[in-house]
Amino acid sequence: MAGARRKLLLMGRSGSGKSSMRSIIFSNYSAFDTRRLGATIDVEHSHLRFLGNMTLNLWDCGGQDAYMDHYFSTQRDNIFRMVEALIFVFDVESKELRKDIETFVLCLRNLYEFSPTAKIFALVHKMDLVIVEKRQDVYRALMKSLEDTSAMFSFQVQGFATTIWDESLYKAWSSIVCTLIPNVTVFQKHLQTFADISEADEVILFEKTTFLVISHVTTARSPGFRSDSTRFEKISNIIKQYKQSCSKLRAQFQSLSLRGSDCTAYLDTMTANTMIMVIMSNKTDRRGSTDLLGNNEINGDGDDSFASEAENNIILANIKIARKMFEKIEMMNPDDR
Amino acid sequence: MSVDEAHDGHSFGPNPSPRIVMMGLRRGGKSSICQVMFHNMQPLDTLYIESTTAPTTSVFSSFIDFAVMELPGQINFTEAMIDAERIFSSCGALIYVIDSQDEYINSLANLHSIILHAVNANPNINIEVFIHKVDGLSEDFRLDAQRDITQRVTDELLDDGLVNVSISFHLTSIFDHSIYEAFSRVVQKLIPQLATLENLLNVLCQHSGIEKAFLFDIGSKIFVATDSSPMDIPTYEICTDFIDITVDMNNIYAVDRRPKPVTRNDANTNNGTVNIANQLESIPQGRPIGSTSRLSNGVILYLQQMVKGLALVCLMRKESMPKIALVEYNIEFFRDALEQLWLIG
Repeated sequence: MAGARRKLLLMGRSGSGKSSMRSIIFSNYSAFDTRRLGATIDVEHSHLRFLGNMTLNLWDCGGQDAYMDHYFSTQRDNIFRMVEALIFVFDVESKELRKDIETFVLCLRNLYEFSPTAKIFALVHKMDLVIVEKRQDVYRALMKSLEDTSAMFSFQVQGFATTIWDESLYKAWSSIVCTLIPNVTVFQKHLQTFADISEADEVILFEKTTFLVISHVTTARSPGFRSDSTRFEKISNIIKQYKQSCSKLRAQFQSLSLRGSDCTAYLDTMTANTMIMVIMSNKTDRRGSTDLLGNNEINGDGDDSFASEAENNIILANIKIARKMFEKIEMMNPDDR
Repeated sequence: MSVDEAHDGHSFGPNPSPRIVMMGLRRGGKSSICQVMFHNMQPLDTLYIESTTAPTTSVFSSFIDFAVMELPGQINFTEAMIDAERIFSSCGALIYVIDSQDEYINSLANLHSIILHAVNANPNINIEVFIHKVDGLSEDFRLDAQRDITQRVTDELLDDGLVNVSISFHLTSIFDHSIYEAFSRVVQKLIPQLATLENLLNVLCQHSGIEKAFLFDIGSKIFVATDSSPMDIPTYEICTDFIDITVDMNNIYAVDRRPKPVTRNDANTNNGTVNIANQLESIPQGRPIGSTSRLSNGVILYLQQMVKGLALVCLMRKESMPKIALVEYNIEFFRDALEQLWLIG
């Protein structure tokens, strides 16, 4: 089984936030810790095992002008060959936006020559420094010019507005990494089956180390299911913090089971590289109670509407059974479907 | 728990509930402590708090009702003496905040005169000295500072012939859990039901195979009581973190029953700083929240929401998991006992 190697170029001007992002997502830094990071010297390589059969080869390219000049001249070949994805970081506070875009164009030009099939991502970073009302406009304005320039090289650029201070960082990186997973549709399909069999409202599959979302299925079958559109990133962020807390006790957490005010959620290890979260919300909504067959009942004390103990155990048993299937998917040859 | 803030002039409400007064020289950190503990401000944001000009009271009611009054550091103390005596007579604890990163000789002199007045007005008052801002000091320095301050203060009190003063010293910082721990200790001394709660927890732990149990106030993360087994700081810290993540996760899927949503996870918050704080107002009313987490070293963390904004957080070993139904049965009894205590108290 050949492991898939994905080369990711992380580029952008000096101080735009590339190393900070990398250390938060992949090295368990907290946002506050990133202030200790200094300028990146030349290129920093990170090899990250992702999902067992995939290695992410992340090239964090130092953004100072001296290095950038090298990348586009003597090191062109080395840098731009066999690139799977380019992640270009724009500092929203940059005083030299024109120069940033020129650098971006240079990257595109080189990629067109050496890796024409590369995917292009643009992160409009440090959005926390923009006042809330202006954020949408700033983002759209920049993306417009980026989309135009990418079109010149027949690339399609996908953009994200990010900041290390909230969960938007996780959303961007989850999306980026998902496009690189070769058999993400297989995960999706099996996750859907799992969700249907378990009668869960939502099932999310996370990568274990980074807690990026690999895949998710929302069936929302219960009338009581309420959700927030940014929930995936928030969950990634929350669990990451929990992981850091547990590491203070020199332990890692293996599972988490939440009996919430309106839902029941399980977070458990699925395979060596993934964790699965199963959410079942209150079966009834607040107005009246309807059982699964659609019969109306007088609303009792509401306890019947939560997942019973038996159902909880079934979920855990299902996870155990599904484990083998998911392990097989991970080990699959990336070219299989 | 609801947090109200009232700006008092010189009159204090007829509220007979226990009261904590916070004093200290200016720029000592009093307002920062109140904001971080009771208003869920991020520690980094406290840089932007303005100097307090008037006595400020935060009232919060959970299992026990409290009022924390913060007297501005610039107060000309001799002028305010009359009022001060009135404050002291109705208060259970006096917290004096010393900035350990600054010269503290003046602070100690001020403390001494305050203690004299306080003990005069109320001989039963608990004096709690917070040696604050210790995050900037090395470990050795902290212990030195604590030893030095303790020595000086007790010496001066002895010189004045005051021997029965209840005084304790705590090393604190808003940047870690030490402030919560210190405040917990202060609050515990003021709870009349403390012995009963500790007893209940001891009985619960003995009969349920629980290694350590805490009764926390969810909003402020102060622990109201714990069982008699030895306590260490990492355990306390992970319990507070566990409360945070449980509440945050619950809020993601919770039905919005509040009149006005107060999520801290919006990007609309000030300065966009890290937002994993929770407010008790944001805990929806539904079934009581509970959560369980298994750790790789065989420890199980178990949280169960109790009455009046309290939560029971336990550490068990994984060997107890097969008997979890019995443990939960026992916890139900514990909850009933709490309800009765609260009705009586």
